[in-house]
Amino acid sequence: MTHVFPYLIAVWIFLVGCYGLATSRNLIHAVGCLAVCQSATYVLLLAVGYRDGATAPVFSDLEPGTRPLVDPVVQALALTDIVVGATVTALLLALVLQVAKRHGTVDPDELSELRG
Amino acid sequence: MSRRLRLAVLAVGGTGLAALLVLACLDLPSFGGRWHPYGEAAVRASLDRHTANTVAFVNFDLRAHDTLGEMSILFAAVVGCVVLLRQARDEHREPPQPSDVAPPVRRYALLVLPVALVVGLYVVAHGQLSPGGGFQGGVVAATALHLLYLGADYRALERVRPIGTYEVTDALGTCAYLVVGLAGVLAGTAFLANTLLPYGTFNTLSSGGTVPLLNAAIGMEVTSAVVVLLARFLDQAVEIEEEQGS
Amino acid sequence: MADAVIVVVLLLVAATATAAVATRDPSRQALVLSLQGVVLAVLFTVLQAPDVALSQLAVGSALTPLLIMLSVRKVRRRARTTDEGGDG
Repeated sequence: MTHVFPYLIAVWIFLVGCYGLATSRNLIHAVGCLAVCQSATYVLLLAVGYRDGATAPVFSDLEPGTRPLVDPVVQALALTDIVVGATVTALLLALVLQVAKRHGTVDPDELSELRG
Repeated sequence: MSRRLRLAVLAVGGTGLAALLVLACLDLPSFGGRWHPYGEAAVRASLDRHTANTVAFVNFDLRAHDTLGEMSILFAAVVGCVVLLRQARDEHREPPQPSDVAPPVRRYALLVLPVALVVGLYVVAHGQLSPGGGFQGGVVAATALHLLYLGADYRALERVRPIGTYEVTDALGTCAYLVVGLAGVLAGTAFLANTLLPYGTFNTLSSGGTVPLLNAAIGMEVTSAVVVLLARFLDQAVEIEEEQGS
Repeated sequence: MADAVIVVVLLLVAATATAAVATRDPSRQALVLSLQGVVLAVLFTVLQAPDVALSQLAVGSALTPLLIMLSVRKVRRRARTTDEGGDG
């Protein structure tokens, strides 16, 4: 059980975020739920790269070859995505502000009624 | 589609997705295992090229093309925000009234601002040695600048933050990354190949070949990008008013 | 020993993520999201990823909640001015 537990937590975070996205009554709240979904990928990536008893792959105060290291490749993937994900969140929020300006509401249900 | 029907569809889809994901998780290599071939290869290559922070090495050398893609997404998102949040024809600017700031807040903000700014720049500069780099330090430096909004007022912030300049430095950071990449091509190797500069002494600021240069370009871009984004959102939230009755 | 810490922090992350989704008011959600950002940063530190933790701390606990708060303020202010315009 413990050997897949972190992956299951990532699955849970992702599903909870999806549930929030689908049932949200406010587009700003939906963007927040999308941020939760994104964080599931970081947990999954870093869990895959973890190694028991290992240390961080930084040699500024560590003699090379003395200790096992966790996987730096997945860390690099997660690190860039966190910052880029934030700017994409900003783009989505800018779209929400435009929706609010054009249609006067941020409730997705009211928006689909407006169109119909 | 009614709300109840939609929830039912969501429940069916969600259960299916959950089952598939759990099945997939059970087949993953177990947590904390010893088998990390890619990680070990990356660590070896990083030591070969005298880069102390392996994560920075992966970002700016091994997978520099990937970072180019990420950087382009960032740049495109910022351009999109600037276009979406510009002042429309039916809006006007109304400078907010300066209000009093509680003295402890003001003192704290003005005390922490320079510290946070220096920490941000330090984190950018030491990206190839210790945890940190252009992405993290850029965000820290840019958000630190906004402590001025807490400590003083919006007009003080606008004075130290000419948005036009930051928009230009954002583009310059993107160009600098491409230029460093193209320099490799001109030198007869490949785009973004780290074979241009000497690798330097391990664990010093100028080690790692082009890694510090690319790191600095990213730091410049992320700082300007976050400043521009926050400026646009602050403009919308504080200053831009819609014309009444439009 | 480290395993127990990892399990506890993982559970905390799951709990704060659930709370962030369950908080329907966006301005409160921004606060819960920033809490989740801090807990995630702790998790990444425990998983020996200081680079990612630093990134998550700056973005998750400051930048994203700030952007959400500013958007909420804009939408509320807009709603208020249009109401006044309608009355007057």
